[in-house]
Amino acid sequence: MSRARRSPSFWALLAFTLAVCAFLVVPVVLSMLAGVTLNYFVGWRGGLTLDWVAKVWTDYRHTILLSIQIALACLACTLVIGVPAAYVLARSRSGLARAIEELLVMPVAIPGLATALALIVTFGGWGDLRKSWVFILIGHVLFTLPFMVRSVLAVLASIDLRTLEEGARSLGASFAQRFFGIVLPNCRSGIVAGSLMVVTLSLGEFNMTLLLHTPLTPTLPVGLADAYASLRIEVGSAYTLVFFVILIPLLVAMQWASRPRDPSSTTR
Amino acid sequence: MSGIPILLERCAKTFADGTRALHPTDLEIAAGETVVLLGPSGCGKTTTLRIVAGLESPDEGGRVRFGDTDVTEVPIEKRNVGMVFQSYALFPNLTVAGNVEYGLKVRGMPAADRAARVREMLAMMRIEPLAGRAIDQLSGGQRQRVALARAIAPRPRVLLLDEPLTALDARLREDLRLDIDRLLRSLGITSVYVTHDQAEAMALGDRIAVMSQGRIAQIGTPEQVYFEPADAFVADFIGTMNRVAGTIEDGALRFEGGRVPLPAGHAAPYAMFRPEDLRVADPAHADFAGRVVSAFFLGDHLRLVVDAGGETPLVAKLPPRAGVRAGDLVHFTVDAASIASPAER
Repeated sequence: MSRARRSPSFWALLAFTLAVCAFLVVPVVLSMLAGVTLNYFVGWRGGLTLDWVAKVWTDYRHTILLSIQIALACLACTLVIGVPAAYVLARSRSGLARAIEELLVMPVAIPGLATALALIVTFGGWGDLRKSWVFILIGHVLFTLPFMVRSVLAVLASIDLRTLEEGARSLGASFAQRFFGIVLPNCRSGIVAGSLMVVTLSLGEFNMTLLLHTPLTPTLPVGLADAYASLRIEVGSAYTLVFFVILIPLLVAMQWASRPRDPSSTTR
Repeated sequence: MSGIPILLERCAKTFADGTRALHPTDLEIAAGETVVLLGPSGCGKTTTLRIVAGLESPDEGGRVRFGDTDVTEVPIEKRNVGMVFQSYALFPNLTVAGNVEYGLKVRGMPAADRAARVREMLAMMRIEPLAGRAIDQLSGGQRQRVALARAIAPRPRVLLLDEPLTALDARLREDLRLDIDRLLRSLGITSVYVTHDQAEAMALGDRIAVMSQGRIAQIGTPEQVYFEPADAFVADFIGTMNRVAGTIEDGALRFEGGRVPLPAGHAAPYAMFRPEDLRVADPAHADFAGRVVSAFFLGDHLRLVVDAGGETPLVAKLPPRAGVRAGDLVHFTVDAASIASPAER
């Protein structure tokens, strides 16, 4: 293959692919570079610095920590609600279950602003909830739950869950024994993929959070918008850089965790 | 591992959509006996098995007994049955050894005893080298051996097999059938085996229950269902059955191609016999004659399709060296003792 003469169409396709990659990657790289230049308008020849990053860390640390806190809490909520929900939906053959599966897409289809307004109208008057970060969490759970459910459901639908459970039952396994010993381990890849979606979506959620947050509870994306709107572009770019530094190891770690694993290497 | 008798009393199953999968059925299985439920798909055999297993409950009025215990209300988890599925149902998150161990683990057996029992089971099914393998690294035959080992490991009172060989190819099926036969004989465990394959049923069953449209059409030893089929369905489902219609004259059935001698007391105006009961004879002593439509040489025998003037052609099974070709006129005799007369449908 490597020695075969490449046709002109091969080179055309390669050029097109590289152009698309550049289109996606160049703005990101430029933005991150801007965060470490002394002066954006002079460019990187003017010198590099980490001062902007340090400034972001001192001024906006609380937004970063709050975003991580909300993302982890959101992950916990979607795991506890979403995985059992997916299990019940996978087990049920009724039309109602299929209808619920369809309805689960709704929070994704409705604009985040509309959902946020609905939450404010409904829960805005509940004591101090409106002022709490939990209010944002509720919105994020609502938004990300379908991703967890559908991701787990897709795996459960592919593994003949019913027969596996019948096999476990015939061997004497109680509901708890087969749920934790058979069902959960066998939908691990779906849970991991769902968790990846939930955490990244929660970290980057802006539309809904813009309305749900208060001056006391700004999240990372809200702070980022604020920085770009009101401060030097170098600060906003340094902020983006910090955002990527948080997000990329997370993405890599979860991809690594979701690789197909061989049970013979993990048990004894 | 000692067996336990199973008794189904008036067990019927009607599904939520109103379809009757099983009409009220009685079935008695002796301790240590292997009963094969045989029939085409949709005949109710799997439903019957699932009622014995406890995966389905019978309609109101039906009872399931294991020995003296009424287990109708007992869920499968508590019935102590071993089950083998057509799709294996092995746990992909566990190794071979982990699968075999699972039933022992959920029962709380100490780890040392579990390890010993797992080794014993793997040795019995001749799969020790596979102990540490992942399930997706196994062939179909290996998977079903693991499934058998897993089902037997906790010493169940009853072994239930739902089409265990259907997903395998022909050669493997033969091998595994021998293994299952050896296993059932040596364990002496009461077992119920569901299949649509009559050869499997004949080979493994102490008794065969031939099922059709939610009813047991006949239950008996392989010899009984083969030689004395209760009705035309059973006769056709088990092997090939020739049918000749005509008029009774002098203790024989007269038809276009000649005559068929009848056993004493045969009153129906038709006779049925198996292909292997036909013998070639010289014209002077023959009962009837027919023209060979097709001749298939199958190695161990010669299979003929013969037009003897009846409504349907007859099938004859001859020794491989009979030297008969398509187009030949062949004369046959048939023994009155081999004539069956099951009820017509």
